[in-house]
Amino acid sequence: MNEEKEEITEESQPLVLEKLREKFSDALLADSETSDDVFVVVGKESSYALLEYLKTDLAYSFLVDVTAVDNSQLESELMQYDYARFMVVYHLWTFEGDISRIRVKVPVHEKDLKVQSVTELWKGANWLERETYDMFGIDFEGHPDLRRILMPDDFEGHPLRKDYPLRGRGERESFNFEKQNV
Amino acid sequence: MQGGMERTTGEKMVLNFGPQHPATHGTLRIVLELDGETILKATPHAGYLHTGFEKLGEHLDYNQYIVVTDRMNYLSPLSNNFGYVLAVEQLLGIEVPERCQYIRVLMAELSRLADHLLWLGTAALDLGAFSVFLYSFREREKLYSIFEKTTGARLTTSYTRVGGVFRDLYDGFDTDTRDFITNFPKALKETHTLLTRNRIWMDRTKGVGTISSEDAINYGLTGPCLRATGIAHDLRKAEPYSSYEKFKFDVPVGTNGDAYDRYLVRMEEMIQSCSIIKQALDDLPEGPFSLEDNKVMMPHKSDAYGHIEGLIHHFKIVMDGHGVQPPKGDHYCATESPNGELGFYIVSDGSGTGYRIRIRPPSFFHFQALPHMLEGGMVSDTVAVLGSLNVIAGELDR
Repeated sequence: MNEEKEEITEESQPLVLEKLREKFSDALLADSETSDDVFVVVGKESSYALLEYLKTDLAYSFLVDVTAVDNSQLESELMQYDYARFMVVYHLWTFEGDISRIRVKVPVHEKDLKVQSVTELWKGANWLERETYDMFGIDFEGHPDLRRILMPDDFEGHPLRKDYPLRGRGERESFNFEKQNV
Repeated sequence: MQGGMERTTGEKMVLNFGPQHPATHGTLRIVLELDGETILKATPHAGYLHTGFEKLGEHLDYNQYIVVTDRMNYLSPLSNNFGYVLAVEQLLGIEVPERCQYIRVLMAELSRLADHLLWLGTAALDLGAFSVFLYSFREREKLYSIFEKTTGARLTTSYTRVGGVFRDLYDGFDTDTRDFITNFPKALKETHTLLTRNRIWMDRTKGVGTISSEDAINYGLTGPCLRATGIAHDLRKAEPYSSYEKFKFDVPVGTNGDAYDRYLVRMEEMIQSCSIIKQALDDLPEGPFSLEDNKVMMPHKSDAYGHIEGLIHHFKIVMDGHGVQPPKGDHYCATESPNGELGFYIVSDGSGTGYRIRIRPPSFFHFQALPHMLEGGMVSDTVAVLGSLNVIAGELDR
C-alpha cells in the first residue's frame, strides 16, 4: 500500500515545477508542491528570465493577468518573504499539457519598488502593468509608457494600497467644480 | 476600402472620439490621429467609469460583494454573479448540488444570449441597420422577463449566493424557456437574412479590424474575439466547471479574425447556447437548489423565524466575523463569460471579507488591442471595430 501511495504522489508532481526547480533552483523561494493551483514564488532578479522560460520553452504562451497584492496586513506572508510589502502576481495559461494554469509570484520590497517589465514578451502586459503601477505604485522597468490608466493623471497616491482609505483622502471634497453663471 | 500609408500627405489632424459618443457604448475615449480619413495612430483612454470595485471587495463580506458583481458587465450580470461565487466556493473547497449547477448553467447561457443579442443590436445600429436593433431587442425583452421572474430584477440580479442560488426556479420556467428556445432560432434567421449576405454589412465588416491568432494571444484576447481568429479556445471545454462537461456543444471558430468573423462566431454561439439550454432543461436534476449546509447558506426565512437553530444560523452568517470564512490562501478561478475569460483572483486572510479581490475583465484586453486593429484603416471603421469587440465600460474600468 505504502509503495503505491508514494508512486501516486510522485506522479502528481507536475513536470513544470520540476523543470523550474531544476533551472531556477537558487531563485525559487517557494512552490506549490502539488498539481492543483500550481504556483511558484521567485525573486525579482530572476522573474523576467523565469517568465521568458515559461513562455518560450514550456509553452505558457498566454498571459492571463498581472496584478499585485499589498501584503502589509498579512503577517504570515510578510514573515515568509522577508517583509516584502508587495507581491506582484502573474497568471499564465498554456494550450498544451495537463497543468494549464500557473501562477508566478514576485515579492517586492517597499524601498525598491522595481520589477522588470514583461511587455517585450506579451503586448497585453502593457495595460496590466500600467494598472498595477496606478493602483500600487510598482515601477515596471523597461515599460514603454508607464503612466496612470484608471485614475486621473494628476491623482496622488495609489488607491489599492492598504494604507489608502476606502473613502479617499478628501479628493471628493476638494474637487474643483466649474461654477455656472446663472 | 484600402487604407494605405502611401497616401499620407504629412498633415495630421487629431480627432477626439468619445467619451460621450453614441457609438462608444459607455464612456470610452479614443484619440485618433488622422491623415485625411486614414488613421495613423489610435490611443484608447480607459478609466472614465472607474468605481473602485476591487477596493470595495476588501471592505464587503463575500456575500455582500455579489451585488457589486452585477455592475461589472451590465449586459450579463448573471454570468458575473456565477463567476464570482464559483471562485469563492473553490477557495472554500465546497461544491454545490447538481441541480444548482444546472440552474447556474441555464442562467449563464441565457445571459450569454442576452449579451450577444444586445451586442448584435447595437453593433448593427452603429452601422445603420436599424431593424436588426429592433428584432434583437424584441428577443432580448423575452429573456429579461424570464430573468425578472427568476431573480426579481432585470439588471441587478444578484441571483447566486456562496453555496447556491437564493431561490429555486419559478414554476413556469420550463415552459417559458422552452417557448423561447423554440422560437429564437427562427428569429435569429431573420437577422441572418438581413445581415449575413448583405452587401453593405459585408463591406463594412469584412477585412476590417483584422487580428491574427498570434497577435490575439499576445494581446490576451479571449472569448468570441479570440475564437474569430481560428483558435477553438473555450473555458467551458478547456477546464469544465459547474457540470459543463455533461453538455454537448460545438465551439464555433472563424478564420480571418475580422469584424465579420466575430459577428458570425457570436451568431453561432447563440445557437449553441440554445442547445445547451435545451439539454439542461431535459436533464434538470431534482433535489436541493442550494447547499443544505447552514454554515454557508442562509437558512430559509421560515426557519429563521420559526426555529431557534435557524435563527442562530441566520445570525451567524449575517454577523461580521462569523459567516463565510475561507481558509488562508489565494485562488484564481475563471469562467467563460459572454465576452471571454472573466477571472477572479481572491486572496483570503481567513476572515469574512476578502483580503484582495482582483477581477480579470475580458474587455480590458480587447480595448487594449484596439489600436492594433485600427491603425492604417479608415476613420469610419472605428465604429465597426469598436462595435464588434463589445467593450463594456463597467467591466473595463471596474
